Amino acid sequence: MKLTLFVWRQPSGASSGQLVRYEAPDVSPDMSFLEMLDVVNEGLVLRGEAPIAFDHDCREGICGSCGLMINGIAHGPMKGTATCQLHMRSFKDGDTIYVEPWRARAFPVVKDLVVDRSAFDRIMAAGGFVSVSTGSAPDGNAIPVPKPDADLAMDAAACIGCGACVAACPNASAMLFTSAKVGHLQLLPQGQPERHRRALGMEAQMEAEGFGGCTWHGECQEACPKGISIDWITRLHRDFIAATVTQREESAADAGF
Amino acid sequence: MKLDAKIPDGPVAEKWDRHKFEMKLVNPANKRKYSVIVVGSGLAGGAAAATLGELGYRVTCLCFQDSPRRAHSIAAQGGINAAKNYQNDGDSIWRLFYDTVKGGDFRAREANVYRLAQVSVNIIDQCVAQGVPFAREYGGLLANRSFGGAQVSRTFYARGQTGQQLLLGCYQALERQVAAGTVTMRPRTEMLDLVLVDGVARGVVTRDLVTGKIESLAADAVLLATGGYGNVFYLSTNAKGSNVTATYRAYKRGAAFGNPCYTQIHPTCIPVSGDYQSKLTLMSESLRNDGRVWVPKTAGDRRAPHEIPEAERDYYLERKYPSYGNLCPRDIASRAAKEVCDEGRGVGPSGLGVYLDFADAIGRVGEQQVRERYGNLFEMYQRITDENPYRVPMRIFPAVHYTMGGLWVDYNLMSTIPGLHVLGEANFSDHGANRLGASALMQGLADGYFVIPATIGHYLASTPLPKVDTGHPAFRAAEAEVTATTRRLLSIGGRRTVDSFHRELGKLMWENCGMARDAAGLKGNLQRIPELRAEFWENVNVPGSDAELNQALEKAGRVADFLEFGELMCRDALEREESCGGHFRVEHQTEDGEARRDDERFCHVSAWEYQGPDRAPVLHREPLTFENVHLSTRSYK
Repeated sequence: MKLTLFVWRQPSGASSGQLVRYEAPDVSPDMSFLEMLDVVNEGLVLRGEAPIAFDHDCREGICGSCGLMINGIAHGPMKGTATCQLHMRSFKDGDTIYVEPWRARAFPVVKDLVVDRSAFDRIMAAGGFVSVSTGSAPDGNAIPVPKPDADLAMDAAACIGCGACVAACPNASAMLFTSAKVGHLQLLPQGQPERHRRALGMEAQMEAEGFGGCTWHGECQEACPKGISIDWITRLHRDFIAATVTQREESAADAGF
Repeated sequence: MKLDAKIPDGPVAEKWDRHKFEMKLVNPANKRKYSVIVVGSGLAGGAAAATLGELGYRVTCLCFQDSPRRAHSIAAQGGINAAKNYQNDGDSIWRLFYDTVKGGDFRAREANVYRLAQVSVNIIDQCVAQGVPFAREYGGLLANRSFGGAQVSRTFYARGQTGQQLLLGCYQALERQVAAGTVTMRPRTEMLDLVLVDGVARGVVTRDLVTGKIESLAADAVLLATGGYGNVFYLSTNAKGSNVTATYRAYKRGAAFGNPCYTQIHPTCIPVSGDYQSKLTLMSESLRNDGRVWVPKTAGDRRAPHEIPEAERDYYLERKYPSYGNLCPRDIASRAAKEVCDEGRGVGPSGLGVYLDFADAIGRVGEQQVRERYGNLFEMYQRITDENPYRVPMRIFPAVHYTMGGLWVDYNLMSTIPGLHVLGEANFSDHGANRLGASALMQGLADGYFVIPATIGHYLASTPLPKVDTGHPAFRAAEAEVTATTRRLLSIGGRRTVDSFHRELGKLMWENCGMARDAAGLKGNLQRIPELRAEFWENVNVPGSDAELNQALEKAGRVADFLEFGELMCRDALEREESCGGHFRVEHQTEDGEARRDDERFCHVSAWEYQGPDRAPVLHREPLTFENVHLSTRSYK
């Protein structure tokens, strides 16, 4: 196949960027999207030009490193598929493809198609865990977990932290990402003691990072390569509201009312 | 160099407990006075960094990815072994120990393996408490599945994403420590050298991958948890960024490299489709629980699989290894696949493939059950190949997957450089010449959660560690070397890309140091690799500058190291004149093509000591003794 690409090039976060046209004359339908970019890059290097920078690592759709806006769609046209697992058979000869980085204030561009997603790490650090230090755990079978709960928790835990939900959201909200972790731990007995702290902490951090709020567009679940549903956002809201009430009661009790 | 494994005295089952009691402790209030650098944030590094942070040490953890959650442990699919015996099917610590020693073809250290089996049960407890959503039965208790090389069900799993869930558990523990201020996380940072002061590891030199800044970090101990070197083959199931640089540069600073030739070729990967191929994708070994492996009985049979009647199919694993069948260990399954393809019975466009067929399983338990067990793997297969494995058998072929070799460590996980500890796949210690499925996650977490937190305290408490900072001349010298190498790479301006060298090296390694090795091929590589390396340093083209995000430069540094390391692997493979586990020397096989070990001459660990550029490394041997599992010929028939 012969394709025309328009790729976002931006030397660094401090400089401005633009779309640059490249021809990809010899693309096999069995190539992955990133392999197609590899071939373009080999050509650029041989011509003495700077290759296109993009994040990628496992190329199996699980590490969450890769993520490109392809013709305006996060991770491209194939539903439930990360960029690295998108194959060129999803395109046809003669197509023009626009390739851009995730666009969100909380994900500043580092270079070309590479963005800084460290805000996600800080949201996790604000409560996305169970406080259990190594060595203090009871036997693995001490607390039974109903299979439906464990299965549902796994659905949420499947999030790969790629950021497509943010990129797809008109508000650049990180609600789907945050709710997936809150929901995963909310369903398990191990997550109960810190359930409220977690919801409050993670939401507060999400706002502090400059992500927008959720206004229920649903673009996030369409873009999610792991099929994570917006139902999780409802679960997050439920914990957030309960936590807000509990917190008010606790601070009232502390104040001696 | 003297190799002292420091294996504690006493019966194997008591060594670890006794050692834990005998080791020195660091008083809780003193722990914050010690600083530790952890390189790598996968299961081993992430677990170590989180646990050392919890204990109160001052930890700095580096990873080259943009977040610690991306480390390649995340891609492990099938499961993690533990000797819980929840299934009441005869499992025990002793049996896991026995299976692992035997599975490793008697080339691992008994004491280490026993400890691994012991702490395996604590790992599961810890992960469950973190909220890892393991698969469960309807009664709410943990489910298990079977894996290769074992006749019990001891593998815990979270769908086909066990590595992901264990790593996220570990990452969450790590982020908790970041929030607590005990761990400083430095993502997009690559270690480019190890710094020794008075012969002791006291820090690292790093490159900030965004700004290009070369910087030093000083500490009281350095932990490498940087994974394996499978990408020396270019095509492997490893992530694109996985590399040998950290361990190889430590080797050049004096850490012995153990058994570099031991490579695991995984039997169930998606076959190569073209020259542009950038990596290979694993299909979990767990698929062999229900999938049946076969090829046509007749060479050159090009009919579609459904047109080949039952009587004309050869279920060769079931035929050759009736007691383990499709669940025989990885090295054996891979070689058997190579054999049938060499006979011209391979399937698919390239003839380099065998069928993994689920028709019987779907007939037995229904498509829904199969979907529940392997749904995500089937989807991944379909996405890559455009074939529906519920209808057409999968095509699979072996691919490089894991490396059992690594930096030599003693029982305390310390290398031959005092203060430099090595964890997880980066060390050589527990899997011998072949790793059993679902044991890599177990080892990474064992080292990180349970072994190093105990042994590092002993090292710190019993070693005089004068105050050292990055102003020390050793740091300045290492920074200057790193900067000079970087500038040299950028100044060559040749006519070949880094990837073209990497692909050529990979092809040499796969053909002559892959599934089957012989003296002629290895000697050819020992001649050809230095020539390729010389060409690299004259003709590679690395564009851009050293003061920016420069992915070509990152790759170039890694490939430069692979070009040296590949030679070390071939040297080790040539020297080991026997077949054992994943190391198959064509000259050493039985009449029916099975590996023939030579315990008289090779029942040892080969540890190589660097001697400087253009000088052959020196081989040291650590003899292996088997007091509990008696040396025998491995049989899965």
